Amino acid sequence: MMAAQVITPIGVGDVVSKAGQAKKDGYRLVQIGCTKIGDDFEIIYVYDKDFTLLSYRITVKEDVVIPSISSEYFGAFVYENEIHDLYGLHVSGINIDFKGTFYKTAIKHPFNVTITKEGDSCQNK
Amino acid sequence: MTYLAKSPWILHYDASSCNGCDIEVLACLTPMYDVERFGILNTGNPKHADIFVITGSINEQNREIVKNLYDQIPRPNVVVAVGICACSGGVFRECYNVSGGIDKVIPVDVYVPGCACRPESIIDGIVTALGILEEKRTKMVLDVDKKEHRHAGLNPDHILSTGGVQ
Amino acid sequence: MSKQITVPFGPQHPVLPEPLHLDLVLEDETVVDVIPSIGYVHRGLEKLVEKREYTEYVFIAERICGICSFIHSQTYVQGIEQIMGLEVPERATYLRTIWGEYSRLHSHLLWLGLFADSMGFESVFMNAWRLREHILDDLEATTGGRVIQGVCKVGGVRKDITPEKLDEMLKGLRGMEHELNDLTNVFLNDSSMKHRLRGVGVLKKEDAYVLGAVGPTARGSGLAIDIRSTGYGALGKINFKPVVEYDGDCYARCAVRAKEMFTSIDIIEQCIKKIPDGPVDMKVTGAPDGEYFSRTEQPRGEVIHYIKGNGKKNLVRHRVRTPTFTNIPPLVTLLKGVDLADVPVVVLSIDPCIGCAER
Ligand code: SF4
Repeated sequence: MMAAQVITPIGVGDVVSKAGQAKKDGYRLVQIGCTKIGDDFEIIYVYDKDFTLLSYRITVKEDVVIPSISSEYFGAFVYENEIHDLYGLHVSGINIDFKGTFYKTAIKHPFNVTITKEGDSCQNK
Repeated sequence: MTYLAKSPWILHYDASSCNGCDIEVLACLTPMYDVERFGILNTGNPKHADIFVITGSINEQNREIVKNLYDQIPRPNVVVAVGICACSGGVFRECYNVSGGIDKVIPVDVYVPGCACRPESIIDGIVTALGILEEKRTKMVLDVDKKEHRHAGLNPDHILSTGGVQ
Repeated sequence: MSKQITVPFGPQHPVLPEPLHLDLVLEDETVVDVIPSIGYVHRGLEKLVEKREYTEYVFIAERICGICSFIHSQTYVQGIEQIMGLEVPERATYLRTIWGEYSRLHSHLLWLGLFADSMGFESVFMNAWRLREHILDDLEATTGGRVIQGVCKVGGVRKDITPEKLDEMLKGLRGMEHELNDLTNVFLNDSSMKHRLRGVGVLKKEDAYVLGAVGPTARGSGLAIDIRSTGYGALGKINFKPVVEYDGDCYARCAVRAKEMFTSIDIIEQCIKKIPDGPVDMKVTGAPDGEYFSRTEQPRGEVIHYIKGNGKKNLVRHRVRTPTFTNIPPLVTLLKGVDLADVPVVVLSIDPCIGCAER
């Protein structure tokens, strides 16, 4: 059994400062992931140092603009573009902003909608 | 069919497969299975190819690419859908971004099932494709001949097939 | 200053078995900027958790990628087991470790072959893939599948390996070692290889860390990031040291993979010697309620499965962050400044696995 993982809740305003702090403390960015729960979106920022995880969670509504941490971590652009394309959330100030062309999907913002395929579960088109 | 009259070249494209089938297609080329001894070569250029081997299913982004590649392959050609993903969408058929098998976009001649396909079944599929290729070629030659006969004022039904499988 | 032109690279490209698209901005023959675009194999399988029960979903998780298939399923089930608090029988953890290392061997051999091919060494490609078939034979004999094994399940594994077979596997690997030596010798010591790889596509240690490089890409730049050090599965009971190289160029990344094959053989050997008797699976009831980041080391680096359940049979969220995805920013950085003719080699040197990255 491995150690339990703690995810600290923070506010949207703290995202960038926490990222800056993590960078100063020598953490590397592991991932940013989004989960939709009811009408809320949970975004989890995960950093790692010597195999110890540091995780922050923000919970936002759809219309909130999330600040990008790509000024601290250059590599954050892949995750932030992904969140924009799959969930339709807005992230401001990404260093390489694909503006919705990172993933091209049949349904816009697929993780934000409930998809029902009628009859045959395959799209068949 | 006892021997091959021609040496067919393959174009392989990975539509949206998980790689499992791709690496098995590649494995067919390597010493253990070695289809190169039959003169079957893998090429990266669609204009060189006779057989279009395609793995994975159709999704939004590759729809155009698959069609485009298919259009570039000279006729006659055959399409081999390798893996259950390419046949019908497989385990991913309910995914929002998967439209289904390759036959949603281009006509498929041979379906090779399996997840992942074994190299043996891929080879079997390609051998079947060769037969179809010969058939198509014969028909094409015949059609051209008929046209020429018609132009020359002869009865087009009087010619016999030229070429084809010996 | 010369004019800049943009050259598209991919998605269908002879050196890439998979579709990756890069827009290369060139100044004469030198790459000055790179814009990656992905999504050609995006299937959206993470959303399938809504339709599949968590136990069935193992099969989907395994098919995220056909090369790291086993490790994906292992990561997923480890996450579920962690949330549910299951103590998996020890023998199962050893078996998972053995199969995991077999996957790594087959993946590295595959990569070495493709890498050689991208430089025009076709015979080396063929040789690497010939050796790989031995590994696949053993995988097939023990699991039933060559590339997709389907042997992991929540609470253990589906198949056991007899002691005789384990001995045979060990003998097989030992017998292979001198052939592997010959092969890696080409990569490490051949003068034309060195010429092609030394000093090409350099990723500095600091950059690698900040950009989030993982796996051989990070270890080639002097970072000892190897999740196997955390001792998941049976690895906690195994002596193991990550392979690290310091130059950060293509040669270093290649050397890491070449040397790692021997580490894998070593791990398998220790596992086979230490494996305890006992059952290989357990009964699982209930459903996961909670969240967990499950991490393992894939051939390409650290993979993270984020699993969140709410006590129902269907998970709320399954998110996969694969090694290639986080290796894209480093790739963008290290392509800047290389010659156009070196682009295929540099791209391959991070071992991109697009099926993984786009899910
Ligand atoms: S058929 Fe199976 S192995 Fe082949 S691409 Fe699809 S999921 Fe992967």
